[in-house]
Amino acid sequence: MNLDVILPLAFFLVLVFLIGIYTSRHIKSGPSFLQDYFLAGRELGGFVLAMTMVATYGSASSFIGGPGAAYQLGLGWVLLAMAQLVTGYFTLAVLGKKFAIVARKINAVTLIDFLKARYESKWVVILSALSIVIFLFSAMAAQWVGGGRLIESFTGVSYTTALFIFSGSVLVYVIAGGFRAVVITDAIQGVVMVIGTIIILAGTIVAGGGIENIMGELRAENPNLISPFGSDESLTPLFVSSFWILVGVGVVGLPQISVRAMSYRNSKAMHRAMIIGTFVVGFIMLGMHLAGVFGRVILPGIEVPDKVMPLLALEVLPGWLAGIVLAAPLAAVMSTVDSVLLLVSSAIIKDVYINYIKPDAEERFVKRLSFGITAVVGLSVFAMAINPPDLLIWLNLFAFGGLEAAFIWPIVMGLYWKRGNANGAIASIVVGVGSYMWIHLNYPNLWGMHTVVMPIVLAFFAYIVGSFTKGDSPQTNTF
Amino acid sequence: MKKGNDWRYRISNKEAIMGSVLAILNFIWWYAFAYGLGGRPVKEYTYILGFPAWFFYSCILGFIVFTILVFIMVKFFFKEVPFDSDDNEGEGDSR
Repeated sequence: MNLDVILPLAFFLVLVFLIGIYTSRHIKSGPSFLQDYFLAGRELGGFVLAMTMVATYGSASSFIGGPGAAYQLGLGWVLLAMAQLVTGYFTLAVLGKKFAIVARKINAVTLIDFLKARYESKWVVILSALSIVIFLFSAMAAQWVGGGRLIESFTGVSYTTALFIFSGSVLVYVIAGGFRAVVITDAIQGVVMVIGTIIILAGTIVAGGGIENIMGELRAENPNLISPFGSDESLTPLFVSSFWILVGVGVVGLPQISVRAMSYRNSKAMHRAMIIGTFVVGFIMLGMHLAGVFGRVILPGIEVPDKVMPLLALEVLPGWLAGIVLAAPLAAVMSTVDSVLLLVSSAIIKDVYINYIKPDAEERFVKRLSFGITAVVGLSVFAMAINPPDLLIWLNLFAFGGLEAAFIWPIVMGLYWKRGNANGAIASIVVGVGSYMWIHLNYPNLWGMHTVVMPIVLAFFAYIVGSFTKGDSPQTNTF
Repeated sequence: MKKGNDWRYRISNKEAIMGSVLAILNFIWWYAFAYGLGGRPVKEYTYILGFPAWFFYSCILGFIVFTILVFIMVKFFFKEVPFDSDDNEGEGDSR
């Protein structure tokens, strides 16, 4: 690949790196260190909140895997991708001001702080921390591999070197800058994602001779490409609808998303974030997946779906513009792994160490520990990503849906149902994760729906039944 | 601990319901246009701005309409409440 393409990519990496470093100078010490390092002092404004939610949620699959699938299946896959529009407003609306207010009252820094205060149960904390550390660690390693592969394919350097470049740029700003560096870089990465979408969509439409022409050629090739059912008629309405759970409303249960719902400054920030977030997530998903479909007319016969986006960008755009477009998936991967890295390290430090091992740890020590653990987690992900063990790949299969099934009810019902208690939450986590893994292994896509649907239903009933067995509901009025 | 619920929770509960209702409407709009119009044989499709009508209404117009609806919901129905303590106050105490 030529220098034209690599220069914008390199510029982007350096820019993110510098901004991350610059932001880290704002980290405070003193009693607010943990709040500051893991939550940026709850000061996020609307734009940054919207961007960090979209960027954390949007991963390589929004820019590489998704458009590749749209290339193969046609408009039906774009329809499926648009189920994600709801994530732009639903998470913030449902967790709502209540989550932000409760988090302030109980001084929660992590999702588990909230669960701990709500359920007052050691087992809820331990199970949650375990799920977060195990699932998110493996999910992060998978994204890390993706980031390395992206750099490898764009620049031609070896995988290990690529991984080194990727880890170097992410790790330094996350360790030094914490949440604030993560969200500020997320905002920039989000902007890059939007600009990349505009460029590739416009370039593809022009190269394809206009939308009408493109649709005509798709129809001539295979009419099903422009139907909602997919080129091979595999996309049934039920299957596509079930993605409203997996990538739509279920996202409330993802800890890396819900923790952001306690980080904003005030109501106004939340309101603005809902509007901006809905627009941005809808625009990116619509634009990128449409570009994938349109690409079929311009570059027919690509066998490997993951290659569609890179090849398309190089085909329809001048080198330097292609570089900007290809920075978008890299931005998406970086903005996902930086958030998850910080979340895993917060689970270890705040939820396990300070809660159970040494509640009276000294401030200075906690600070050093935070930097240290974040670095250790980051470096071990890097080490794993060089040659990912099978166990990790296996665990990653369950990460997304498993976390949703584990946490959606303990969070949502914990907020809105007074009778919900620790027994319910424990039952919900165990049943959610357990049934997700079991169904995924034995009956994938049970009854024509995505695997995630049944575990979420089962976890709901487990929560209700568990809560009606013995166990106390909270005695305070905090919730 | 005061008796009764925090007054802000009532507002939050109402907003959570509004958000869920909007999500359900969003789903209905998306589904009805996609499979209502798109379920017909491809030969009978009509086109808007080059796109098949089902896709235009479900995905493109749906995206625009629901972004506007979120805007309306947030601007006119969501209330601003203070976050920091039970009693209302300005936002002047940020560190």
